[in-house]
Amino acid sequence: MILNIARKELKSLFASPMGWIILALLMMAFGSYYLTGVNNYFEVMSGAIRPAERVGVTIFVGQTVYSIASFIMLFAVPLLTMRLISEERRSQTLPFLFSAPISLTEIVLGKFVGLIVFLSILVLYIFLMLTTLNIWADIDFGYLVANSIGLWLLVASFSALGIYFSSLTQQPIIAAILSFISLFALMIMERFFASDPNHWFAYLSLMKHFQSFSRGLIDTSDLMYFFLFISTFLTLTIRRLDADRLRG
Amino acid sequence: MSNLTLEAIELTRLFGGREAVKNVSFHLEKGEVLGFLGPNGAGKSTTMRMLTGNLAPSIGTVKICGIDIIENPKEAKALIGYLPEMRPIYKELTVDEFLTIAARLHKVPSKQIKKAVDIAKEKCGLSHMSKRLIENLSNGYQQRVAIAQAIIHNPLVVILDEPTVGLDPIQIREIRSLIREIGQKHSVILSTHILPEVEMVCDRVQIIDKGNLVFHGSIDELKQHRQGNKLLVGFSKAPPLSALKDVQGVTKVEKVETGMYRIHFKNKLSPSEAIVKLSVKNRWGLYQIAPDQTSLEDVFVQLTEKKQKN
Repeated sequence: MILNIARKELKSLFASPMGWIILALLMMAFGSYYLTGVNNYFEVMSGAIRPAERVGVTIFVGQTVYSIASFIMLFAVPLLTMRLISEERRSQTLPFLFSAPISLTEIVLGKFVGLIVFLSILVLYIFLMLTTLNIWADIDFGYLVANSIGLWLLVASFSALGIYFSSLTQQPIIAAILSFISLFALMIMERFFASDPNHWFAYLSLMKHFQSFSRGLIDTSDLMYFFLFISTFLTLTIRRLDADRLRG
Repeated sequence: MSNLTLEAIELTRLFGGREAVKNVSFHLEKGEVLGFLGPNGAGKSTTMRMLTGNLAPSIGTVKICGIDIIENPKEAKALIGYLPEMRPIYKELTVDEFLTIAARLHKVPSKQIKKAVDIAKEKCGLSHMSKRLIENLSNGYQQRVAIAQAIIHNPLVVILDEPTVGLDPIQIREIRSLIREIGQKHSVILSTHILPEVEMVCDRVQIIDKGNLVFHGSIDELKQHRQGNKLLVGFSKAPPLSALKDVQGVTKVEKVETGMYRIHFKNKLSPSEAIVKLSVKNRWGLYQIAPDQTSLEDVFVQLTEKKQKN
């Protein structure tokens, strides 16, 4: 049932040119950063004579692409999540889902999974793009896998929060703005605690947990953080929809 | 277990302290079409939303074929087809795509989905619109898509909130015969404020006003209310009022226009024969005599007003 909802979401995403255009634009952006990353590598490394200054091509290009990807996703995901529930609320199609024999949890998870499948295309694309470096270099696959998992978890968290804000309002644009602002705040939060990186507040920052992945480190506590983040917002969404049924 | 397909037991719904629906109980049997009437804001849609599990009742229970919709929502909802007031259609999809999704969400086995979509399209006269985007369809066709969506999984109880809104007269007739057809095998509840429609398709009628159930009975009972003990008589040479008043059984005579009278009489003592005889004898020139039917609208107004006075 979750998959059926996910299929429905993907269908309406690709029913209009919107889905394709977003994919194409994002891929173009990532591609151009990949290209500049490779170019810069030759420029910088030709100047770096001492061995200690040299960095591997995977890390050099990977960091360029993944850091810009996390930044672009900060804008892209709210635009994709904004219409998931608010649009249904506005065009009064929620009763269609509510009166079908499916639970609210399945509806919300289905929408989440549908979006994740769409975003996974991009994560996979970035991964494949970077593996092409392997044609002329010997690259570090472990680093790429860790980064991909990190990016994937990051966009999944963005989506969960975006869906929640989408369930709060009837206006997709308001949902997009709200989720962008809160995601941005969560991303840069740790900067305010630069002097005290172990402050509990800094621990809430999404960026802090993404950083260990971008160093190539898969830490269970970061995995747990993302898992809790996603499940919290999905639960809140389910509760919000349940309130519709109870309060009317 | 009997043929009971739907039971609503003492449904009450509060919206911020205001009672939108008060203590409404009714039931529906297999093969019945129940008409749900009421003025705007009477609580029709609220009741229907509660019946389909879209809104939780403040007090009371809804049972679909004996399954409580609050305790086992999935099982109960699988038996219902619902057309809400605002049609729930995804306009960016084609008719086929949308109906396939509807079938899938209502757990039609994947092998039968295509067949179910075809049957639903045929029933609603949509077969030649399969590949069209719903957005580009006319209002009436969009309504048909919404109806098709409600019956695609062959539900035992079909709940239609104002199904004939926006349809042309020919479509309305088709949809009415469709409702009758569904009503033979399954149960249908439909809400409307077009009164003749109720008379045409429904077996039973229920009138709700300000959240209260004011009338509940078969369509014949409603018709009785309608006919009343009145005759409309027309003469070309009008007799004096008093002459008519003296006929046995007559309680009151009203003048409608020149030569036309409305004659009220006692129950089961129709004076029509006596009036015809008198007319022939006195050459009043009788040209019309017929039972005076109050329109359904009047009955409706009477019923809703009567309750208010109480």
